[in-house]
Amino acid sequence: MLSDKDRIFTNLYGIGDRSLAGARQRGQWDNTKALLALGRDKIIDEVKASGLRGRGGAGFSTGMKWSFMPKEIDPQRPHYLVINADESEPGTCKDREIMRNDPHTLVEGALIASFAMGAHACYIYVRGEFIAEREALQRAVDEAYEAQLIGKDNVHGYPFDLYVHHGAGAYICGEETALIESLEGKKGMPRLKPPFPANVGLYGCPTTVNNVESIAVVPTILRRGAAWFAGIGRPNNAGTKLFCISGHVNTPCNVEEAMSISFRELIDAHCGGVRGGWDNLLAVIPGGSSVRCVPAHEIVDCPMDFDSLAKLGSGLGTAAVIVMDKSTDIIRAIARLSYFYKHESCGQCTPCREGTGWMWRVMQRMVEGRAQKKEIDMLFDVSKQIEGHTICALGDAAAWPVQGLIQHFRPVIEQRIDQYTANPHSDPVREAAE
Amino acid sequence: MTKILVDGIEVDAPGEFTLLQACEAAGAEIPRFCYHERLSIAGNCRMCLVEVKGGPPKPQASCAMSVKDLRPGPNGAPPEIFTKSPMVKKAREGVMEFLLVNHPLDCPICDQGGECDLQDQALMFGGDSSRYHENKRAVEDKFIGPLVKTEMTRCIHCTRCVRFTAEVAGTGDMGAIGRGEDMEITTYLQSAMTSELQGNVADLCPVGALLPKPQNFRARPWEYQKTETIDVMDALGSNIRIDSRGREVIRILPRVNDLVNEEWISDKTRQIVDGLKTQRLDRPYLRENGRLRPASWQEALAAVANKVRATEPGRMGALVGDLSAVEEIFALKLLMEQLGVKNIDCRQDGSKLDPANGRASYLFNATVAGIEHADALLIVGSNPRKEAPVLNARIRKRWLAGNFKIALVGERDDLTYDYDYLGAGAESLLNFIQNARPLGKLLVIVGQGALARQDGGAILSLAAQAAQKLGGVGPEWNGFSVLQTAAARVGALDLGFVPGAGGLDAAAMSKGGALDVLFNLGADEASIEPGAFVVYVGTHGDRGAHRADVILPGAAYTEKSGIYANTEGRVQLASRVVFPPGEAREDWAIFRALSGALGQPLPFDSLAALRKKLFEAYPHFARIDQIAAGEPGQIGALAAHPAVALRDPLSNVIKDFYLTNPIARASAVMADCSALAQGRLTQAAE
Repeated sequence: MLSDKDRIFTNLYGIGDRSLAGARQRGQWDNTKALLALGRDKIIDEVKASGLRGRGGAGFSTGMKWSFMPKEIDPQRPHYLVINADESEPGTCKDREIMRNDPHTLVEGALIASFAMGAHACYIYVRGEFIAEREALQRAVDEAYEAQLIGKDNVHGYPFDLYVHHGAGAYICGEETALIESLEGKKGMPRLKPPFPANVGLYGCPTTVNNVESIAVVPTILRRGAAWFAGIGRPNNAGTKLFCISGHVNTPCNVEEAMSISFRELIDAHCGGVRGGWDNLLAVIPGGSSVRCVPAHEIVDCPMDFDSLAKLGSGLGTAAVIVMDKSTDIIRAIARLSYFYKHESCGQCTPCREGTGWMWRVMQRMVEGRAQKKEIDMLFDVSKQIEGHTICALGDAAAWPVQGLIQHFRPVIEQRIDQYTANPHSDPVREAAE
Repeated sequence: MTKILVDGIEVDAPGEFTLLQACEAAGAEIPRFCYHERLSIAGNCRMCLVEVKGGPPKPQASCAMSVKDLRPGPNGAPPEIFTKSPMVKKAREGVMEFLLVNHPLDCPICDQGGECDLQDQALMFGGDSSRYHENKRAVEDKFIGPLVKTEMTRCIHCTRCVRFTAEVAGTGDMGAIGRGEDMEITTYLQSAMTSELQGNVADLCPVGALLPKPQNFRARPWEYQKTETIDVMDALGSNIRIDSRGREVIRILPRVNDLVNEEWISDKTRQIVDGLKTQRLDRPYLRENGRLRPASWQEALAAVANKVRATEPGRMGALVGDLSAVEEIFALKLLMEQLGVKNIDCRQDGSKLDPANGRASYLFNATVAGIEHADALLIVGSNPRKEAPVLNARIRKRWLAGNFKIALVGERDDLTYDYDYLGAGAESLLNFIQNARPLGKLLVIVGQGALARQDGGAILSLAAQAAQKLGGVGPEWNGFSVLQTAAARVGALDLGFVPGAGGLDAAAMSKGGALDVLFNLGADEASIEPGAFVVYVGTHGDRGAHRADVILPGAAYTEKSGIYANTEGRVQLASRVVFPPGEAREDWAIFRALSGALGQPLPFDSLAALRKKLFEAYPHFARIDQIAAGEPGQIGALAAHPAVALRDPLSNVIKDFYLTNPIARASAVMADCSALAQGRLTQAAE
């Protein structure tokens, strides 16, 4: 369990002062100049050494990603840092809390990360539905400008502009290239890769897109040293992580915890246990809606980190832990996720555009049991035809929940179908005269 | 060049090739919907998936990956691609199944049936049945203009039409609204498309979602007789294929010719079709007591012969219109020579182009494909978007490639690219010549708006000065380019169909009392004042026929084999698609018959004999599809002419793109388009 002294987000719950003064009291903006004095390469090396993996879901090494930016800056093509605050993954609510309550961690991180990549401008793309968050973040940015912590002529001697951009509310704009398109004022549709944003990104210039949490932890990592961060959690899964636990636990919460904490410990320590006791646990979606669900017996003692969950065929994703007890209609739960992906597919690639709707329609019938058992295999096959055949990962994300359901809960689906066929006239039969 | 293996076959492919192109080079067939050679890459249909060895364990979209992104295998083995592996087969069948789940499969009532990419590829790469048993999506049809009919339920969202309007047409008319399976292709608020190239989206559409509206439910693709020929609606000479059924022309499609029209044609070229059938002159007419009455060929020819015999050569003249082929102009010229007539002219618009200045003075010397090599462009008195929309798309293509400054003297309009506006009149051109520095390979486009006026000759030589002084003319580059608007003009100028010594020009001939007999070969834009006895040889009951005393019905461009020289001077051969209606005859044969009636028969009895004579006198017409280039020195001579231009602003010659010739004016479809365009103009003015 993470001790209080190791917490990065010390005002996650908004109890303390959210303003710049409060942030300074908590140690933020403390001698940032000295951090910048480390130099570009040293910062990137330090972030690499800390073992920080991207907090947006894919878990790619953040330091590595920064190092992909061109070393030389072409004056015609300035570098950009874009921070992805389009937090729309169902179940995820960690960036929201950072922006609301601890925004200066993000603002300071943005300065340092931009410096490390040679970017003089940074855009924060805030999800359309986040009104209060954008206001809170804008307030923090304004405070930082006023205190000359950032801006053209700031105390750190590195010209830097930070823009808060408000999205229009589309899940797909959380995909990095769709986010860039949207930021450019176009329809949010993912771009083809290659070229990768580090070569051709925002306005055709080298760009890095990072999650809010990935950026917000950077100042503390640099202050306390890479070794401290790397010492938390298991190798290759280092550091602290914000977990968003929702669903059938006694006290759902957001909490900063050490990586690789076991699921049981996480729930018992912070959420007051599973509703109705551990025996009542049915399944868990451990990383936001886009990963496969894991049945109770597999997850209870599993360390919550990237590699362990990948071994279970699932993933840590955004660490949005959705807990479902035995009162859950798991088919209906996954059908709702299918609806979400059908609704949020951008419509660009054929498999995702047509396949998400198809899966949702079949899932709808399976909720009632109005299906045939062979359709379970067909559904699995359809999800496999979407997975890996699209430009971005939304197709994969739509396929995985369905695949997880079929892999782990096939008997439940079959039982539902049996129930329905045993009882074929559930609708009242109309008399001819009516 | 990179060595790669495609299904075990080794090919050398340049690094910038996409995998799709490399696979095609190796002879492997890759299905595709969204990919199109002349549009940007979208990579969204996912039909062209291939397996790349050593790549990620999922299929790659071959249209979106280039050869240089491939990594060699261990020990430097060439990268390998598989297009027929089980993974690829499964992926293609999967994508095809997805495409078909919401496709209505109404092929029996779909006009695209038989030439549909989806149909063909479903046959080649699809499964045999569908597992989709839910309801299909239905999408409301959109109004996007009078030329393109929509059946949006069939749309597979390849976005070719969107990319075409954004990139080639430059109007950005089409776009997608909604997302996911609710995504719909439409124009903004279902307004009509504004491009002159909009008809091409129906060709681009791989399914039956966008179809040519005027051809709705008219014929099936396998019923057509397909004839490759040349268009005459503008002076570009677009290469077209005319599909006919029985004696009727049904539709006109573009043919690929990278040197001329790439694979686009303008809407006028495409949808003139119904104009070929209405208002046709299908028998000779004679005017008696002020009224035209049907007559037989003998009567009509005898009437003309009597009139000609009674008239002295100085009181006779001949005009040639915009759509005539070289053969009939040649025949008319020979006839006029026999009669000793010097009053001949092919410039009914009053253009001051003169073959005496050399061929380079009236050709598009830079050539159409040469536009892409130009460094800068000066447009003088022209609106290429209206005068040659496909050529304008080529200018836009060059402009999109970057580093291309464009300046314009004349009338301002939206040309689909940005330009510096220098001013309206000749003095702005003069200023530019005096102040500008050499601009590399300068292209100077001179339009008829600058030439078809009193001081046209002066402006022509000013434009030549601009080309001469600013880098437009050199040993490797001749950028002095006249943009003609009439398909017949270059051919006629090549034949020297201009007034002989002391002869009258078109304007003088049209004056009342100037002549007693006027031969009018399809010159419908000239207004001929009362007085002369007019013999009209043409196809449509248009302006020329109304002012005729004898009408001799001729053949339209689809009804005769003829040679045309386009604005670059490229000689092209048009073929006969159908026969002329009723008693109408090919125009050269009419002049041959007339010469017989006059007792001075022309020295040929067949088209072949005529062409033999023609090629003897003008050998360059024998070199089909080639350009006999103009002499760059002639531009220098032209520039040296003393030039005094007037102060009046230059104005463009084409006021209504859709109604520029008698065939277009007979077309109801063109009238619709014109009304829409005029409506937009009034709306814009309000």
